[in-house]
Amino acid sequence: MANRTGATVSMDVGDLRDDSTTRSDAGNEDARAPVFQVDDLSVYYGSFRAIRNVTLQVEQQQITAFIGPSGCGKTTMLRCFNRMNDLIETARVEGCVAYHGVNLYEPGVNPVEVRRRIGMVFQKPNPFPKSIYDNVAYGPRVARMKGDMDEIVERSLRRGALWDEVKDRLKSSALGLSGGQQQRLCIARALAVDPEVILMDEPCSALDPIATGRIEDLMEEIKTEYTIIIVTHNMQQAARVSDMCAFFTTEVNEKSDTRTGLLIEFDRTEQMFSNPSDERTENYVTGRFG
Amino acid sequence: MAQASIDRAGSTLTIDDLRGDRGRTRKEAVARGLLSAAGGFSILISVLIVYSLVRETWTFVTQVDWSLVWGDGWFPRRAMYDIKTLVVGSLIVTVVGIAVAGPIGVGAAIYLSEYASRRVRRFVKPTIEILAGVPSVVVGFFALTFISPELIQRFREGTPQQTMFAAGIGVGVLIIPLVASISEDAMRSVPRSLREASYGMGAKKATTVTKVVLPAAVSGLVAAFIVAVSRAIGETMVVFIAAGKSGGALFETNPFEPGLTMTAAMASIASGTDSVVGEALTFQSLFFVGMLLFVITLSLNMVADRFVRRVRHKY
Repeated sequence: MANRTGATVSMDVGDLRDDSTTRSDAGNEDARAPVFQVDDLSVYYGSFRAIRNVTLQVEQQQITAFIGPSGCGKTTMLRCFNRMNDLIETARVEGCVAYHGVNLYEPGVNPVEVRRRIGMVFQKPNPFPKSIYDNVAYGPRVARMKGDMDEIVERSLRRGALWDEVKDRLKSSALGLSGGQQQRLCIARALAVDPEVILMDEPCSALDPIATGRIEDLMEEIKTEYTIIIVTHNMQQAARVSDMCAFFTTEVNEKSDTRTGLLIEFDRTEQMFSNPSDERTENYVTGRFG
Repeated sequence: MAQASIDRAGSTLTIDDLRGDRGRTRKEAVARGLLSAAGGFSILISVLIVYSLVRETWTFVTQVDWSLVWGDGWFPRRAMYDIKTLVVGSLIVTVVGIAVAGPIGVGAAIYLSEYASRRVRRFVKPTIEILAGVPSVVVGFFALTFISPELIQRFREGTPQQTMFAAGIGVGVLIIPLVASISEDAMRSVPRSLREASYGMGAKKATTVTKVVLPAAVSGLVAAFIVAVSRAIGETMVVFIAAGKSGGALFETNPFEPGLTMTAAMASIASGTDSVVGEALTFQSLFFVGMLLFVITLSLNMVADRFVRRVRHKY
């Protein structure tokens, strides 16, 4: 919880090793040093190359949106930030994803430690078939967090803008909530372990416009404390919520007839939507393509 | 195409146009009849089994001297029908069998569904399935000629070669594939998104398995357990060969002694050249035990069904 108030976190690989229990103290370098620095990243599934040569950086306490047509590797890209791609047997990563200067793919980095710092919210709400309380308490229990669990649960649910709706039925099943409530529960659950970064993979694509609006408001609220990366199909959403925006598209590989995603443009969101520098971005954001 | 000339103006449509092909309707009725007969056949068989059991059981129950049904041992040819000898024998063998098959079966299932790479799974899973195809008589001799001398007698000197414990381990070996297969199905049906949610919060694999996957698969695991119990109680050949007693047995609660189970008792009455002629009710006692076995396994399956329904989660 310590290093979130604007000060840069300095980190070395030791912080992400298996036995690490403490975070290093805040350094006093440039407050705007990026959280992530991605360099020449390519991801393969077996021999299929899903994305190639991506270079970008993610700033602290901003919302960075990834947009682009289906199959352009946005989700694959997102899952590189917390090594979720490790769960796919054939996935392989080339290049560098530096998190506060530490390459997440360096040998010795434990993905479990990475994921405690970099939380994730999925496309489809995926609460555990447990009570609302146990859903939120899951992460803190797993991480053996100290403190009063009731308090942690309440704080997380408040941050997830769900507390008032569920405070009287914390012990009832999370599966009884509506889709939008379930997704806010999943956000609260992710916040409960005090991550620094939240990755959101199309968090509103299964929700109606009202529920979507609530999630977007929630993102606005929590971005003062967290760094957020969101993948979205919805360009209006990207324009509404994000500070920075990355546009991906696909290129067809003539030989194998497969598609590989690549980054076309990465800039401030206003710039991307008002005055993009690449024609392909312009075509996409104005709805002429994709 | 006979219907090609449909009048698109719609002015002359009659009910006959919509009646369809008579021949096809009839064919469908025949297919339906045959299939429902096939379905009904299994019900008929069940009813006949129950009928044959009930008839002879009734004879036994109404004519037997009930003081003989609770005594020192099961010697049906001498009119000693102590049923607890058989029930306790079955219970001991079942408990030992489950103690072997439960941990190994569920462990194998966890390994296959959560840990094994695709290549390892492709090799291990068929191996387990081959084990499921081994005839129980072979497992019976395995228990008698390997498990008993090489394992039990080595660690516990003076144990007879044929014991309920040896039979129990044999039964366990026999039902490992069953437990593994049902448990693995249950765990693989837990959606990937739940595992990802857990990993996404920095949970380790072992935590994810014990806190998310197993609880979500609990209905399947309970089903596996109960089916395994029911299978262990009903197992005959392994027990007949390895448990040591056949024609009769005194009441025995030590698993390291020979014993007799309900199934082995039935098999020995029904088999062999010494056909049952002596005591009038010896033959009927077989059906009495069979009825008991039937009621036990039926109620187990019903409990399993009820339980599975009660704890089943929707995703």
